[in-house]
Amino acid sequence: MKAIITVIGMDRVGIIANVSNVLMNASVNIEDISQTIMQGYFMMYMLVDLSKMEISFEELSGKLNEKGKELEMQIRIQKEEIFKAMHTI
Amino acid sequence: MIGQKEIYETIQMLDEQHLDIRTITMGISLYDCADPDIDAACDKIYEKVTKRAKDLVPVGEQIEKEYGIDIVNKRISVTPISFIAAASKSKDYVKFAKTLDKAAKEVGVNFIGGYSALVQKGFSDSDRVLIDSIPEALAKTQKVCSSVNLASTRSGINMDAVKQMGKIIKDAANLTASQGGLACAKLVVFANAPDDNPFMAGAFHGPGEAECVINVGVSGPGVVRRALEKRPNADLGHVAETIKKAAFKITRMGQLVAVEASKRLGAEFGIVDLSLAPTPAVGDSVAEILQEMGLEYAGAHGSTAALAMLNDAVKKGGLMASSHVGGLSGAFIPVSEDNGMIQAVCKGALSIEKLEAMTSVCSVGLDMIVIPGDTPNETISAIIADEMAIGVINNKTTAVRIIPAPGLKVGDTVEFGGLLGSGPVMAVNPFGNAAFINRGGRIPAPVHSMRN
Repeated sequence: MKAIITVIGMDRVGIIANVSNVLMNASVNIEDISQTIMQGYFMMYMLVDLSKMEISFEELSGKLNEKGKELEMQIRIQKEEIFKAMHTI
Repeated sequence: MIGQKEIYETIQMLDEQHLDIRTITMGISLYDCADPDIDAACDKIYEKVTKRAKDLVPVGEQIEKEYGIDIVNKRISVTPISFIAAASKSKDYVKFAKTLDKAAKEVGVNFIGGYSALVQKGFSDSDRVLIDSIPEALAKTQKVCSSVNLASTRSGINMDAVKQMGKIIKDAANLTASQGGLACAKLVVFANAPDDNPFMAGAFHGPGEAECVINVGVSGPGVVRRALEKRPNADLGHVAETIKKAAFKITRMGQLVAVEASKRLGAEFGIVDLSLAPTPAVGDSVAEILQEMGLEYAGAHGSTAALAMLNDAVKKGGLMASSHVGGLSGAFIPVSEDNGMIQAVCKGALSIEKLEAMTSVCSVGLDMIVIPGDTPNETISAIIADEMAIGVINNKTTAVRIIPAPGLKVGDTVEFGGLLGSGPVMAVNPFGNAAFINRGGRIPAPVHSMRN
């Protein structure tokens, strides 16, 4: 099962390190990563593989949410299917 | 991997443009709950609904978390109660409404639809008992929604029923006078009612439906408006293309959620309703789409043409995005639930007559319209009759959900709160129609050829 993590907010030091740390602790593998500045916002996207994840989706989502609050950024995780459904036929 | 641009687009739709799944509605057949003993029938209904829909709310919430999309309402529709209650020979159908209300509260859904009768050609004894009980049933429950199908293209219009519903609507308003006639917001009359509509107040689980199905209604007026905002100078052909693309994306989301929800709930996937359903939130308005197209307010001349194109483009875009399309499918133009429509009424741009014209090219009908509380019963019936005629002749669903707000006059406003919004009281044509309505009988089914 794959998911997409999006991180949106003001740019700062250590965003990737912080998010990767949460993922590493949950045995979630990062398959792809990219970042950009769009309309003045820093955005980072990660494609992650959840097949070996040791916690539930809900727990991971909660941990990322907490990390987001700590970094003052919006961090969310959504299953990849929602993006595929919308943008591919 | 999906590109950054696509991910950003989706996130913006969800965050800023109010894209959400408006409702997951579980349709449950109650055929096996009929019983000559009314208490036994009610027990069976309660048990079946609470058992079948036990996981509806938790599963909906789980899907919301996993996909990051709001599912605003989780609801239930049931077989029209007039069918199920018939075996009981009881005169006290309010018991059935209370049972549905209790079951809805137990499983945590916000509405349960199906306190309904289908009388397009005539009344069964059970239909009569049910219709007579509607005002009390809606006044004594919170979650129950009621609907009556009064007409169909195949059967014509049951004008006796049209006449009766004028009185029933008034009675329902008067029984809930302290809440502005709220019961009427939970009551809708139809021509050509769909069997698989997931939206309230008109949802019921039609006679030809499977044992348990999941129907999903999507929403996204904000997404369509934003897409148009980016093309201010496009001609209308290109505007239609833009709407189709936005509708496709919105509907794909609905399809994904519908399939996933039905799988997890062990129910059949019924349909996706391709709808643009507004809410009172700013930016979530169908009227604002018409304004984006170039009309000063909804209701200005040109509104019918703009709405016709919008409605058609939504269907064209949505049809390929879903494997099964049904329900009401199109743009909704309720007044109290749409900020842009409310403004249009307040500015004097939008009248009931113009709304009626607009309903001949859009999804439903005269929806959430507040009229003066002293409007005669016959005039309400006549408004219904006009709307039924549009549906019957044009072979489409039309509906009337109208609220004669007790004690209020044109210029007053009723606050319903939540998704039902607030409604300015609209003027009705004051000229008489009682002699026409009191004739009763049936308007025959229309000719199906020579369609001019």
